[in-house]
Amino acid sequence: MAEKLIHLIITRQDSPDSTPYKEEFRIPYRPGMNVISALMEIQRNPVNAQGQKTAPVNWESNCLEEVCGACSMVINGRPRQACSALVDKLEQPIRLEPMSTFPVQRDLSIDRSRMFDALKRVKAWVPIDGTHDLGPGPRMPEVERQWAYELSKCMTCGVCLEACPNVNSKAEFIGPFAISQVRLFNQHPTGMMNKHERLEALMEDGGIGDCGNSQNCVQACPKGIPLTTSIAHMNKETVKHAVKKFFFS
Amino acid sequence: MAKGHSFLSHKLHSLLGLFPIGLFLLFHLTANYQATHGAEAFNQTVGLIEKVPLLLIVEFVFIYIPILFHAIYGLYIAFQAKQNVGNFSYFRNQMFLWQRLTGVITLIFIVWHVWSTRIPKAMGVTVNFDMMADILSSPAMIVFYTIGIISTVFHFSNGIWSFLVHWGITVGPRSQRIATYFTMVVFVVVTFIGLRAMSAFIL
Ligand code: HEM
Ligand code: SF4
Ligand code: FES
Repeated sequence: MAEKLIHLIITRQDSPDSTPYKEEFRIPYRPGMNVISALMEIQRNPVNAQGQKTAPVNWESNCLEEVCGACSMVINGRPRQACSALVDKLEQPIRLEPMSTFPVQRDLSIDRSRMFDALKRVKAWVPIDGTHDLGPGPRMPEVERQWAYELSKCMTCGVCLEACPNVNSKAEFIGPFAISQVRLFNQHPTGMMNKHERLEALMEDGGIGDCGNSQNCVQACPKGIPLTTSIAHMNKETVKHAVKKFFFS
Repeated sequence: MAKGHSFLSHKLHSLLGLFPIGLFLLFHLTANYQATHGAEAFNQTVGLIEKVPLLLIVEFVFIYIPILFHAIYGLYIAFQAKQNVGNFSYFRNQMFLWQRLTGVITLIFIVWHVWSTRIPKAMGVTVNFDMMADILSSPAMIVFYTIGIISTVFHFSNGIWSFLVHWGITVGPRSQRIATYFTMVVFVVVTFIGLRAMSAFIL
């Protein structure tokens, strides 16, 4: 029996500024393989489908259990995590592309800095307000903790930005995830104290106003985060904030 | 990143789409619907509208300026998006695309419609049943008006859905789904009114 092979078509790019090109690979199949283990196979034996030696394909990964977000790439047209993309469940040839909404560094690895900039911009954290012990913070009602926990699962993977038609090189939209993080931190009993700062940040250019309701983000998010509910909720909060500011300050 | 006014501009665009532009559309189509009761009824309605005090100012403040702003900013929004229904063929993404397509079609239609009715009026031509009957005596114009009316009403109906989200009125998936059904009904009913009104001018 002939050895079973996996057929991959990978969009490659040698440096941040060079032109992308496609390269095909045929690698031996093993049961239970995912896209990362297929890429590791290429790394072990960097020979393309034509039998020529080539540079091993570059990618990023860490946790290998879909919690770090580092391995996001476009697999058969859909942005998702390579580590949870099982070869058995993918149609062949498997097409791998970088998430080109982000600057490509090399092959499949991209630079997600803009996401961390967005989190800084909306102040997606709870500030520490003293170096001395301030005692325990206020408690959070259990019902709220439950949905807040869902929002906290965001791993900054970038899939929702890749899926969003309004996140592109012509626009400065910060992306769905950052809006959802504002909802999370504005609900936190201590984070709430700086609520207005995050709302103000969402109302700047590239903020919540740029959402056009395509709702792809909520379909694409691997963590099942209710992004569109967060966005609609923050729409309400920013409108309320704007009205209050206009009339009472 | 800049502070800017984009939040305010987006909100203004959204608001104007419904008030006054959407309300005007409903008013306009219902007024036209009077033609189904005969030329006389339609001409009477037109006569009534012309009795509105300071009509020209009302037209500019409630119709022309809002549409102009909504259309220009709408084009800017529409062409900023990088459409991706090929990979994401979900219903809402299709609606997202159609909201932008119908915006552009509606703009073309409105420009032509104003050019062939309101501009002649400003030049002294009387607007009445015969004017519309004359325009709609050409089959090509019937097709153009049919597309124009359906496009405008679609844009308006789906715009209501979008408005409800942009103002945080429908927040969760259930209320947004119910809003989808509601706006579908609006689309069917208002399209009927619009097309039935048009058919009354076709002799
Ligand atoms: C004349 C050319 C027009 C263009 C280019 C245009 C464009 C657009 C675009 C791109 C949107 C989507 C905004 C977003 O979701 O962020 C939109 C929304 C909307 N448009 Fe228009 N539009 C036009 C005319 C009209 C007309 C005639 C009406 C009224 C019948 C209308 C009513 C609306 C409404 C209600 C919305 C929803 C606002 C929201 O999303 O909150 N538009 N328009
Ligand atoms: S919201 Fe979901 S898709 Fe977006 S970055 Fe977070 S985990 Fe990824
Ligand atoms: S390696 Fe962490 S999500 Fe895939």
